[in-house]
Order: sequence, then structure tokens, then C-alpha cells
Amino acid sequence: MGSQSLFNYVLSLGDDALISAQRLSEWAYKAPYLEEDIALSNISLDLFGRANLFLEYAASLKKEVITADDLAFKRSEREFTNCLINEQPNGNFAATMVRQFFLDAYNKLFLEQLINSNDKQLSAIAQKSIKETNYHIRHSSNWMLRLGDGTDVSHAKTQSAINDLWTFTSELFEMTENEEEMVKKKIGVDCRELKSNWDEIINDIFKEATLGRPQDEHMKTGGRQGIHTEHLGHMLSDMQYLQRAHPDAKW
Amino acid sequence: MVKELSINVIWDMLKTIPDPEIPSISIVDLGIVRDVQFNDDMLEVMITPTYSGCPAISVMKDEIIQKLESYGISNFQIKTNLSPPWTTDWMSDEVKAKLKNAGIAPPSNKVVCPQCDSLDVRVISNFGSTACKALCKCNDCEEPFHHFKKF
Repeated sequence: MGSQSLFNYVLSLGDDALISAQRLSEWAYKAPYLEEDIALSNISLDLFGRANLFLEYAASLKKEVITADDLAFKRSEREFTNCLINEQPNGNFAATMVRQFFLDAYNKLFLEQLINSNDKQLSAIAQKSIKETNYHIRHSSNWMLRLGDGTDVSHAKTQSAINDLWTFTSELFEMTENEEEMVKKKIGVDCRELKSNWDEIINDIFKEATLGRPQDEHMKTGGRQGIHTEHLGHMLSDMQYLQRAHPDAKW
Repeated sequence: MVKELSINVIWDMLKTIPDPEIPSISIVDLGIVRDVQFNDDMLEVMITPTYSGCPAISVMKDEIIQKLESYGISNFQIKTNLSPPWTTDWMSDEVKAKLKNAGIAPPSNKVVCPQCDSLDVRVISNFGSTACKALCKCNDCEEPFHHFKKF
């Protein structure tokens, strides 16, 4: 049982990174200009690498022999436990940047705490990942400032994206029973304790970027229980197509 | 049979493997290879990835395997170690000079143009052709160049 709850915990962290990476990779060859295209692809690649580290670790906790690829490509929608914000569509460029900014701020605070985990491998993954996230948040917060405090159009699009995505932000700070158990064992992070620092990062950037903070209304949740928005299924059908059609196909 | 080769010989062997993305420096220069040791008869090579998503790491692994096998070593294991996380602080001055010669500004807080040594440079993008490099341009000689990010 002990190792099953650790497995579930690591799996959910892997799912967050994987779904975020896959979503961001959809910008490849389509970003507003070349340098930005490369930036988004690089960030996506960091997140894929992070997903691989978590999922390889999760796979190693199973008695039966499974791989990170099995976990990524052979589970269906209800078995994914990522938070809902990760799967939200890219929308326009401002919408992607708002989503990434919310996530980068969260990941930074989360990983800083995960470094202290009693679990050596989780701590090692966090030590590695935090260095990358520090680059990511610099990128997304710069864009928040440029877009929010930019033209009337960029401001309106950014504000509209904030209003749309806000509903998915409180889920990041909720705790499942399993996560509570991980905190008790000093393996996991108490997400509730990250909220005030997250608010501070968000409020500071909103203020400087002349953006408004929405009210907490109709906040959505369910990702950690496998109850997703309609967008995840479509993403998986694309991401998993090859392994579903040709199981165990290799390059 | 493997033990007849000394650890130093193994290191020298690995030093001849170029980084797949920056061939002017080796995977040892870059700090990918962390340790080489014998565990009884088994040769263990410890490596650490630069960036977690770096696609070059699997190429590097293959090249280490090929290199060791080409010297008739078959009893070996490549282990990946994430902690302590890879940092550009492990790069020696000699390696930094090699990067500069290859037209890449070595990792530093203050970016210096590798062509004309000017400090008057601007960052075009923090994310260059690979995750470890930023794209910059010199305001003096107007040459664009890569900066190996301090990481």
C-alpha cells in the first residue's frame, strides 16, 4: 500500500509535466516568430524531460515491469491525474502565456519545497527541475508585462485569458487524501502553504502589467480524481495514436 | 580482463567523445561524465544530464557504449545520477576557452562577445538552438552569437 500511494503521487506529478509539455509543443512551427518558436519548444522539451524523470521513477515503483512510455501512452483519460489547467487549449498567444505564467509561478514554489522531500529521487528531480523553471518563469512573466502593458488589443486578450483560466487556479492548492499522506511522511508538498506566495507573485505582475485579478467564482476541480475537461481526451487521441495503433512500435 | 585498463585510460577514452551539439568540446569537458569506477569486474560510468529534456543525452549514452565496446570492454554499466544537478560551474577555464574559440560565449554573468570581446551585447532570445544556449548579438561588431547560459 505504501508504495502504491507513492506511485500515485509521483504519477500525478509526471502527468502535470507531460500534459503541460504536450500542450506547449503544439506551438512548434506556429509561434509568432522564430525565436519565440524556439523558446516555446525548449520549454516544452524541459517539461517532457521532467515528465520522463517522474514517470520513469513511477514505473520503477511498480512490481510488474512497466516503462515510462507505457504510463504515457497506454492509459486513458480517466487514469490521468494532472490538474486541469495543464490540459487547457493554447488559444491565442496571450492565453498560452497566461497559462504558463500561472503554472511557472506554481511550479517554482512547489519544486522549491519538493527539494526537501525525504524521498531522495523526488528531491533530486526537484533540484534539477527548479533550475529550468527559473528560466521559464522569467520568460512568461516578461511576456505578461509586455502583453498586459502593451497595446489595447494585447491587454484585452491577456485580461480575457486571465478571466477564462482563473477558474482552474484554485485546484493547484487543493490536497487529496493521498497527498495528505505524502505530506505526513515528509515526502510530498503541502500545496495549501504555497497559496499566499503564489498570490504575491501573481498580484505583483498583474499590478505592473496593469491587469486585473478576477474574483474566485465557480472554481473547477477534478483532475487529481481523473475527472477532466473535454480537452484532455482530444489531446490524448493525438498523443497516443501511434502507440495505440501500433503497440510497442519503435523508431 | 577489463581491470587491466586503468581508470585513467578509461577517462582518456571518454575524453575523445565529442558533445553531439557542440563538437568542439568533449562530454568530459562538459561535465556529463561524473565518475568512472570499477565495482569488482564491472566498470561503472556515472553520467548526469545537462537539461532534463536534452535530446543529446541518449546519443551520448550510445557513443559511450560504442567507445567502450570498440576497446573490447563488454562488462560495463552506465548509470544516470541527477544529484547534484549538473551546473556550468564545473567547466574549467580551459573548456571555456575552447567554447570561445568555437564562437560560443562561455557561461558567465556578464556576456562577452566571443568575436571582439565587447561587453556591449544584447540578448535576442534566452532560448537558442539548444536549451543550454541563449542567442545574443554584439552591438559593436554586429555578429550574432550563442551564449552558453550560466546554469
